[in-house]
Amino acid sequence: MGRYILRRLLQLIPVFIGTTFIIYSLVWAIPGNPFAGMCGPRGCPPAFIEQMTQEYNLDKPLPVQYVLYLGQLFSGNFGQTFNGIEVSTLIQNAYPVTLKLATIALVFEAVIGIAAGILTALRGKGFVDNLVLAATLFLIAVPVFVSGFIIQVVFGVQLEWIQPSVGSDPTIGQLIAPGLVLGSLSMAYIARLTRTAMFENKRADYIRTATAKGLKPRRVVSVHMLRNSLIPVITFIGTDFGALMGGAIVTEGVFNIHGIGGLVFDAIKTQEGVTVTGVVTLLVVVYLLMNLLVDILYAALDPRIRYD
Amino acid sequence: MRKRRMVAPVAASLSAALLAAGCGGGGGSAVTEATGTLEDPITVQWAEPQSELVPTNSNDTNGSQVLNPMFTGLVEYDPKSFEPKNAMAESIELSDDKKTYTVKLKQGWKFHNGEEVTADNFVRAWNYGAYAGNAQQNADMFKAIQGFDAVHPADPDGESGPKKPPEPSAEKMSGLKVVDDHTFTITLKKPFSVFTTKLGYQAFSPMPETFFEKKEEFVKNPVGNGPYKFESRTPQQSLTLTRYKDYKGEDAGSVDAVKLVVYNKAQTAYQDLKSDNLDVINVIPTSALADNRWKDELGDRAISKPRMGITVLNLPMYKEKFKNPDLRKALSLAIDRDKIVKQVFNGEATAATGWIAPDFPGGPDKGSCGEWCNYDKAKAKEYLQKAGGFDGQLTLSYNADGAHKQWITAVAGSIRDTLGIKVGLNAVPTFGTYQDQMDNDEMTGPFRYGWVADYPTPRTFLKPLYTSSGSANNTGYSSEKFDNLIAKADKAATVDKANQLYNEAASQLGKDVPSIPLFTNAVKGATSNRLAEGTLNSRTVPAISTFKVAQAGE
Amino acid sequence: MTNAGEGQQRILAAGAYAEGEIEARQQGESGDEPPGAPEPRQQAPKQEKQRGLWGDAWLELRRKPLFIIGSVIILLLVAISIFPGFFAPGDPNAQNLTLARQGPSADAPFGYDSIGRDIYTRVIHGARASIVVGVLATMLTVAIGSLVGLFAGYFGGKTDSFLARFAEIFLGLPFVLGAIVILSVFNAGIQGAPGTIRIMLQVILTIGVLAWPISMRIMRSAAIAAKQQDYVNAAKALGASHTRIIFKHVLPNCLAPVMVYATIALGQFVGLEATLSYLGLGLQYPVVSWGMMISDSQQFIISTPHMLLFPAGFLVITVLAFVMIGDAVRDALDPKQR
Repeated sequence: MGRYILRRLLQLIPVFIGTTFIIYSLVWAIPGNPFAGMCGPRGCPPAFIEQMTQEYNLDKPLPVQYVLYLGQLFSGNFGQTFNGIEVSTLIQNAYPVTLKLATIALVFEAVIGIAAGILTALRGKGFVDNLVLAATLFLIAVPVFVSGFIIQVVFGVQLEWIQPSVGSDPTIGQLIAPGLVLGSLSMAYIARLTRTAMFENKRADYIRTATAKGLKPRRVVSVHMLRNSLIPVITFIGTDFGALMGGAIVTEGVFNIHGIGGLVFDAIKTQEGVTVTGVVTLLVVVYLLMNLLVDILYAALDPRIRYD
Repeated sequence: MRKRRMVAPVAASLSAALLAAGCGGGGGSAVTEATGTLEDPITVQWAEPQSELVPTNSNDTNGSQVLNPMFTGLVEYDPKSFEPKNAMAESIELSDDKKTYTVKLKQGWKFHNGEEVTADNFVRAWNYGAYAGNAQQNADMFKAIQGFDAVHPADPDGESGPKKPPEPSAEKMSGLKVVDDHTFTITLKKPFSVFTTKLGYQAFSPMPETFFEKKEEFVKNPVGNGPYKFESRTPQQSLTLTRYKDYKGEDAGSVDAVKLVVYNKAQTAYQDLKSDNLDVINVIPTSALADNRWKDELGDRAISKPRMGITVLNLPMYKEKFKNPDLRKALSLAIDRDKIVKQVFNGEATAATGWIAPDFPGGPDKGSCGEWCNYDKAKAKEYLQKAGGFDGQLTLSYNADGAHKQWITAVAGSIRDTLGIKVGLNAVPTFGTYQDQMDNDEMTGPFRYGWVADYPTPRTFLKPLYTSSGSANNTGYSSEKFDNLIAKADKAATVDKANQLYNEAASQLGKDVPSIPLFTNAVKGATSNRLAEGTLNSRTVPAISTFKVAQAGE
Repeated sequence: MTNAGEGQQRILAAGAYAEGEIEARQQGESGDEPPGAPEPRQQAPKQEKQRGLWGDAWLELRRKPLFIIGSVIILLLVAISIFPGFFAPGDPNAQNLTLARQGPSADAPFGYDSIGRDIYTRVIHGARASIVVGVLATMLTVAIGSLVGLFAGYFGGKTDSFLARFAEIFLGLPFVLGAIVILSVFNAGIQGAPGTIRIMLQVILTIGVLAWPISMRIMRSAAIAAKQQDYVNAAKALGASHTRIIFKHVLPNCLAPVMVYATIALGQFVGLEATLSYLGLGLQYPVVSWGMMISDSQQFIISTPHMLLFPAGFLVITVLAFVMIGDAVRDALDPKQR
C-alpha cells in the first residue's frame, strides 16, 4: 500500500505538467486578442496591444511561452493579472473560502444523500421512497439560481436567519446556506445512487448469510450492506469535491462569495491565461489527491480489493 | 460587513455558528456615530477594474469609480448636469490664433503624499500618457496636441495591418510648455473649438513625482490630488478610500470612508441594498426592473437620470448587401423602438430620434434620424422592396458577456415580424473577440454598438464613429460631406457655434443611415437608508463627493 | 462468498441483457434511445439462454404501471419533438410586445414571456432541441466514460494509471473554458452563425468530451470491485479472453450505478446546453430550447414565474419518465421481487 501511494504521488508530476500545458494552450487558443476588449468601444491604441502582447510573451511560439511560464512558476511566481495584481494574492484570498464552502456542501450532500438513500432502500417501495424521489426530481429540475435566490430571500431578507450575502472572509455559519444550495443537485444524485447500490446488495447472498447467522439487523446493514454499497457513492463524492470548488459560479454569485469559481470564470472570459492556469492547476491537484483518497478507501471498504 | 464582524468569533461548532448567523443576519444596521468612518464605511457596489489604476491607462467604469474621486483635473464635469467647469485651473485662456491655450493653476493644492501640484505634474503626466513606448490605453486622447505624432506615430497600414508603427522620434510633445510652477501652455495642431470641454476626462489628470519614479509602488498604492485618497485594497473583494482632509476644491466630500465592494451579481447587490447591507448600487437587476418594482420598493432612494450615451445597430457597409441605403432604411423603419422601450426597459430608456444622446448638454439631438427612426410597417416593406428584398438570414451580432440578449431578441423579432425575413442572432462569447471582429471588419450583419460620451459636446458621438478616419469607425461609412461638416465645426469660433455645426453634421447621417439608432438607457441606481444624499454621474459612476450620511436615529 | 458473488452476478447480468433488449425495442418504436444501451447488445449470442428470463421480465413489465406511464410519456414527448406543429400550430418566435409577461389565460394557456411570445408554443417547439441534446449527450458521455472506466478498472496497473490520470486532467478542466475553446475552434472559419443541426452536434460532442470523466470514475470503481470477484477469476481460469470477461462478466455487474448517473445527467445536460447558449456558444435564436427558456427566465422569477414554471415542468416530466422506466426495468428483472 505504501508503495502504491508513493507511486500515485509521483504521478502528480507528469499530470501537473500536462495540465498546466493543456490549460495554458487552451486559454491562449480562445480566438480574439485578449487585449482588444480592454479599452471599451473605442478600441485600443495599437501600441498598447503590442506592448501587452510582449509583456505576456504572446508574440512567442506556444512552447516557448509555456516554458517561460513554467520557469516563472518554479521560482514561486504565479504571474500578474492584466490589471497588475499578483495571481498568488488572488489564490490566497479565494482558496480558503472555496475550500470551506465546498467542504460544507460535501458534508451536506453526503450526510443527507446517504441517509435518504439508506432510508428508501430499507423501507422499500412506498411513501418514503416516493417522497424522496419527488424531492430528488425537484432538486434536479430547479436551477441553482432559483433555489439560491429563494433561500436568500426567504431566510435572508424575510426571516432574517442568515445574511443575504456573504462578502469577504466569511465564517462557517455564513456559508451553511450557500453550501446547502451548492450541494443540492449532488445530494439528489447521492440519494439515488445509494438507494440503487443498497437494493442490489440487499439481495446478495452474504447478506442472507449474515442475517441467517443471527446478526442484528442494524449490524447487517451498517457493516455488511452499507460498506459494500458505498464504493460508487464514495467515488462520486470524490470527483464532486473538485467540481464543487471550481463550478460554484452561480452559488458564489448569488451569495456574493469571492471564491475560485467566479475567479476562473471571469478570467476565462477576459482571457487571463496566467490566472486561469494558476488557479486551475491547483484545482487539478485537489482532484488528484481526492481521487487517491477514494482509491485507498476502496480497499478499506471492500477487503477483496488489493493494490500491489 | 458591520454584522459580519459580530459573527466572526463565534464559529466553534456548527450549532453555535448557526445561532450566530441567526442573530447576525438580515436587517442591516442603523446609522450610528461610526457610520461613514473606517470602522463602518459607506459601501458602494463595484467590480474589479480591467486595468491598473493609472488615469491614462484605465477606461472602464470600475476604474473610474476609484480614479474619479482620487484625481482632480483642470476641468471637472458636474456629476449632476455633466457641464464642465474649472477645477484645478484658475483660468484657461485661448490665444488669438485659436491654437494656444494658457493654463493657470490654482495654488496651494497638494497630492495626497504632500507634494505640491505644479504645471510640471500635468505636462509630465500628459507626455507619459501620449508616448507610444508607455503603451497607455488613452493615448489617443492627446491626439489634438502639437507634436503628438512624434511621440506616437500612426500605424502606416491600420491596426490590423502587418506593418509595425515606426519608433517614436521624441518623448515629449512639442505643444506642451511649462511657463512657471503654476502656468503652462498647450498648443494644438489646429484650432479645435471644444478642446477645453475635453479636459475633464480622467486621462488629463496630473500625476505626482512618485508615479514617474516608482511606478510599481504607485500601482499598488496610488496617490492622487482628488477629494479622496487610497486607503487599502483586497483584490477581487474590496477597495477602501478615505477623505483627503487638505483638499482645496469645491467638490470636497463629507463622508470619511467609502468602501467599494466587489459584487458579481446585480441581484445580490440589490438585495443587500434593500436590507441596508450596502449603501449605493449603480446597476438595477432586470428582475427588479419588471413592472418598475424597484421604484415601488425603493421610493425616493431610486436614482434614474439620462445617460450620456446611445446604443445603435451598426451596419457592416463593407459587405455588399448593406451598401444599399434603402435596405438600411428598411431595417431602421422595422424596429418598434417605442414598444421596446416600454416593454423591455419598462420606460427606463429613451427611444432614439438621432445619433446624439437626448438631453445632451451643448446640443441635444434635434431629431437627426427623422422619419427613419419611426416604426412604420408599410414604409419598411416598401423600402425593402426598393432595395430588392433580402435573401437568406439576417444575423444580428452582440457580445454575450453583456446584458444585451433580451432587447436584441426583441429587436430581431420586430424586424422579422415586420419585414417577414429570416432573422437570427449570433452571440459572440466575449467583448474582446467582439471588438476584434469589429476591428477586422468581420461582421456579417448588423451588430450592436454602445457608445458613452467622453466629454460634453455632440462631437463625441460623431467624429470617432462616422468620419472616414474615425478611431472607432466600425461601419466603413465614408462621406466627404460629413467629414467636411465636422472639420468646419472643429474650426468654429465658439463652443456654441461648434455645437450647432455638429448638429448639422448629424443631419447628414440622417440622409445616409450608416447605423440604426436604437435607444439610450437611463442611468439607474439607488442609495440605502443610511445615506441622505448621493447620486451617480452620467457615466453610471457613483459620485462619492456627493454622499451625505443620514442623521443618526433616522 | 463464492456463491454470493455468483448469484449477484447472474441476476445483474440478466438484468443488463434484458435492459438492453427492452431499450432496443423501444428504439424501434420511438426512434429515441435511452442511455446505456449500446454495450449490452454485444451479448447477442447469449440471448437464447436468457430468453426465458427476459420474456418473463417483459410480461412483468407490461403489467407495471410505472413502466407503462413512463413509456407513454416518452412516446408523447417523442411525438411532440417530431411534429411540434401538430401540437402547437403557432410560430414560436412570433412576438407581440404589448402582451409581454402576461399570465396564463384562455388565449395562451402558459402565458407570455418577457417579450410577448407564447410560452406554450415555445415549450412545444423547444422539446426537440432539448430532448435530442439531452439524450444524445447523455449517451455519448456514458458510452465514453464507461468504456474508459471499464478498461482502467479491469486492467489496473499502468493502464489504470494512465487512463485515470488522463481523466483527472479533464475533470479539472473548467467546463466553460473547454467549451469555449472546442466550440470556437469548430466555429472558426464559418461566416456568421452555423446551421442548427451542426451546432446541436457540436454541443453534444462538447458535452461528451468534457463530461465523461465522472461516469468513467464510477464505472472504474465498479470494475475494480467486480474484477476481484471469484467469478471473474473462475472465468480467467477457464481461459476466457479479456474482451469476453470484460463485456460478459464485469460490465453487466457495473451498469447499475452508471445508469443512475445517466438519468440525473440527462436533466443536467439539458441545462448545460442553455449555459452554452447563454455564453454565446450553443444554440441561438431563432432556435428554441427548454434550457434557453429556463435560463432566460432567470431575470423574471419574481415578476413572471410562469416563464420558469412551464419549461422546468416539462423537464421534470421528462427526467421522471426516464427514472420510472429505469426503476421498473430493474425491478422486473429481479426474480426475488416476483
